[in-house]
Amino acid sequence: MIQARDLTKDYGDKRAVDGLSFDVRPGIVTGFLGPNGSGKSTTMRLILGLDRPTKGHVTVNGKPYREHSAPLHEVGALLEARSVHTGRSARNHLLALAQTHGIARKRVDEMIDHVGLHEVARKRAGGFSLGMGQRLGIATALLGDPHTVMLDEPVNGLDPEGIQWIRMLLKNLAAEGRTVFVSSHLMSEMALTADHLIVIGRGRLIADASVPEFLAGASKPLVHVRSPQGEQLKGALASPSVTVAVIEPGLLEVNGLTAAQVGEAAAAHGIVLHELTPHQASLEEAFMDLTRDELEFAAT
Amino acid sequence: MSAIASPSASSRERVTQSRVIRSEWTKLRSVRSTSWSLLAATVLTIGFPILASAVISAHWGHRSPGERAHFNPIDPALVGSQIAQLAIGVLGVLVISAEYSTGMIRASFTAVPMRLPVLWAKAIVFAAVTFVLMLPAVLIAFFASQSILSRHNANIAFSDPHVARAVIGAALYLTVIALFSLGLGAIIRNTAGGIAAFAAVLFVIPPLMNVLPASWNDAASRYLPSNAGRAILSITHDSGSLSPWVGFAVFCGYAAFTLAVAALLLVRRDT
Ligand SMILES: Nc1ncnc2c1ncn2[C@@H]1O[C@H](COP(=O)(O)OP(=O)(O)OP(=O)(O)O)[C@@H](O)[C@H]1O
Ligand SMILES: [Mg+2]
Repeated sequence: MIQARDLTKDYGDKRAVDGLSFDVRPGIVTGFLGPNGSGKSTTMRLILGLDRPTKGHVTVNGKPYREHSAPLHEVGALLEARSVHTGRSARNHLLALAQTHGIARKRVDEMIDHVGLHEVARKRAGGFSLGMGQRLGIATALLGDPHTVMLDEPVNGLDPEGIQWIRMLLKNLAAEGRTVFVSSHLMSEMALTADHLIVIGRGRLIADASVPEFLAGASKPLVHVRSPQGEQLKGALASPSVTVAVIEPGLLEVNGLTAAQVGEAAAAHGIVLHELTPHQASLEEAFMDLTRDELEFAAT
Repeated sequence: MSAIASPSASSRERVTQSRVIRSEWTKLRSVRSTSWSLLAATVLTIGFPILASAVISAHWGHRSPGERAHFNPIDPALVGSQIAQLAIGVLGVLVISAEYSTGMIRASFTAVPMRLPVLWAKAIVFAAVTFVLMLPAVLIAFFASQSILSRHNANIAFSDPHVARAVIGAALYLTVIALFSLGLGAIIRNTAGGIAAFAAVLFVIPPLMNVLPASWNDAASRYLPSNAGRAILSITHDSGSLSPWVGFAVFCGYAAFTLAVAALLLVRRDT
């Protein structure tokens, strides 16, 4: 369980996180989404007490992270930036962290096997590929068998097999009753794993909802209509809150009306319809829609 | 990567200072460049005095009686500490600055979010390793160099006045150098900056004191970290320097102050 209340962080003049309040609950995968520079990594550092909030506070399993006497058993974290000494082997890296909590050597070797780094466990971590580094980060996160797992962009640099593995891992961790909090700037990836979404933009909360709620709430109704009287139908539907696009002759995309409303309008004008299909916006579209105004670094 | 379910840990124990010390010991010995540098410092601490004594011994016949009278046999014995202090100072900075440059510090502070146990553990481990390596090194250097010099009866004995204090003092001095440089590294958090600060304090500021009026220079110079610290290595006491133990205490004060500032900043700053 992670609870943030009015969490705010300024770096000089720059407000990276702006009054965030949210709960991350156990037993489900909570996706943490936002465009680049929206404050996801900063929020995660605040949760771990690595950076101090300018205002507000955040607790993990009921206490500020710093006050836990065995923090690695409470939270396992994979941060965005690499957090490994390049001159040390993967095994010694894990061992040094394990020793702070009196975690046995055997557990270190188990975790190395678990993430598939057995072959390179004695090699310098500085020589690791991006994906191998990510695996080592995940081994670090799981080392203390923590109640809460927090991963910042975990699939970064992983091959398809690795991505698949992470998805399964996250779902299994949640099924075991753990709190799973995982960030991404890719909605499509979250669509496959998350049960709940927390979306931020420019450091502010935009949405905090289950995946179905999010889709229902974020997407304006979108309807595809096929009609031999396309032009006539377009005129019949015209209204300031509705946009009608002609995708191809005879096929219209109507934005802002439900399928029922389109059908009724057609009937009222005696227009023949060959097809009337309601479309739910994809998660990706819903996300783009929500965050369009909140882009930190928009392409121009 | 075969199993998906994560194996569970059997025990759930808390972070303690002694566990953090064990962790820091693992960190120190598991970076190869650190081990090699420590080995090199030890070898040089022994090798340089042997070389210096051999050279002095070979040229003894060419020395004037005046030169022979002025010769202080402790000097070649402890010349290795001059080189060792550089290696130990650089390593002391690196012990912490490398964690910042690689990002390891975030892992360290995630495991030990109180942070201070990490600083104390680094100090204890690095100081202990330095002392344990340097004490035998200076002893070997002393006895080896004196046995070379004994050919010309130019040697002194370990039991002569102040000699034991100076030789053991060299190891103590290097140990405090370790702590002082660790403190600088923790304050500056950057390898190049930390090493520059260390070099400035030890090697650059002392000669700069010469631009001061002579009376100020005389009064202030002896309190500089390097001059105060090296008083313990000397068996002759002159009026321009602090007495050995006072000087050493002043030097320890500098190291303690540096570590205290480092500790204050460590708990306050973002990582
Ligand atoms: N240590 C720092 N000092 C100054 N500014 C910072 C610092 N960390 C983050 N920022 C700024 O805060 C904002 C949020 O950054 P953050 O890294 O948290 O975003 P993010 O959501 O993780 O982005 P991404 O998807 O690219 O990883 C950015 O504008 C960034 O430049
Ligand atoms: Mg980020």
